[in-house]
Amino acid sequence: MSADLTVWLAVLAASAACFGIKLVGHVVPEHWLAEPRVARTASLVTVALLAALVGVQTVTTGQHVTLDARLPALAVAAVALALRAPFVVVVLLAAATAAGLRALA
Amino acid sequence: MPRRSRSPEDGAAVRQAVSVSVATGLYGISFGALSVAAGLDVLQTMALSLLMFSGGSQFAFIGVIGAGGAPLAAVTTAGLLGARNGLYGVQVAPLLGARGWRRPLAAHLTIDESTAVGTAQTTPTAVRTGFWWAGAGVFALWNAFTLLGALLGDALGDPSRYGLDAAAAAAFLALLWPRLGTGAARLTAASALGVALALTPLVPAGLPVLAAAAVAVVVGWRSPSRPLPRPGTAAGAAPGAPGARSASSPENRA
Repeated sequence: MSADLTVWLAVLAASAACFGIKLVGHVVPEHWLAEPRVARTASLVTVALLAALVGVQTVTTGQHVTLDARLPALAVAAVALALRAPFVVVVLLAAATAAGLRALA
Repeated sequence: MPRRSRSPEDGAAVRQAVSVSVATGLYGISFGALSVAAGLDVLQTMALSLLMFSGGSQFAFIGVIGAGGAPLAAVTTAGLLGARNGLYGVQVAPLLGARGWRRPLAAHLTIDESTAVGTAQTTPTAVRTGFWWAGAGVFALWNAFTLLGALLGDALGDPSRYGLDAAAAAAFLALLWPRLGTGAARLTAASALGVALALTPLVPAGLPVLAAAAVAVVVGWRSPSRPLPRPGTAAGAAPGAPGARSASSPENRA
């Protein structure tokens, strides 16, 4: 199977999964998900996935842990978030930091 | 939506929905550019914004693909990140009372922002107005700006020269940031980060992120039962994007 077709199948499968989850929420009786552990676990799964993605995206390249311009860029993003900067500003500051450091190197 | 004379509450809901839509829609530019940088083409990028329509899941999908992860790992990660939308649906469905073709449409538009704006309203009509306007507004602008970002990203070339790889990391941090309010959340985040990095040299790309999700299941299921905010109130206090945070702040209720 070509790489492009594989990506298309993944795009469609993931979209179907995400829509299916949304639809299930709208059609199941409310008490089915009333168990507090379900809500708590779902919100922590979100936190865990995002934290893992931050780590993988910042300090890994393939299967190696590598430290480069992305780490100081993430630190700048954290400062911007602490100062309540909007999403777009946070992302642009991080990109500018990494691009600037690489241009200097 | 039928045009009736609008109550002050409905007017406030519309204004809030519009401001959230603009703020959220704008960061569709970063999604579009990052998706192209991760190796998807413009059509695949648009398919994600139109069909998946859930920021966290979309960023996760392109993150796993861009890191060379298996397509199945990308699908699973995106699906797990979309799990909270199911809980939002449970909460907003009785408030919306959508029937027939409106029900799958409401489901598709059930995201952090529409849930946060809808549930922040004080009258039943304003709840529906807020949900539908925020859902439709974010959908329109998110897709328009995704296209703009994808076309820009296509024209830019080498993504690391412009720091787009660091921008992707910052995007995940910005999605995570408002969710770190509790001790359990911070503990889970730190453990997940550690697990993902420790496993990176050992297992194929994509799996370290999924293994981190297992940490959350263990913490969430086993930690002592403490009343947590319901999904919707969590959305109001800790939405997926800083744009939605401003929705519930007083200055936007003008």
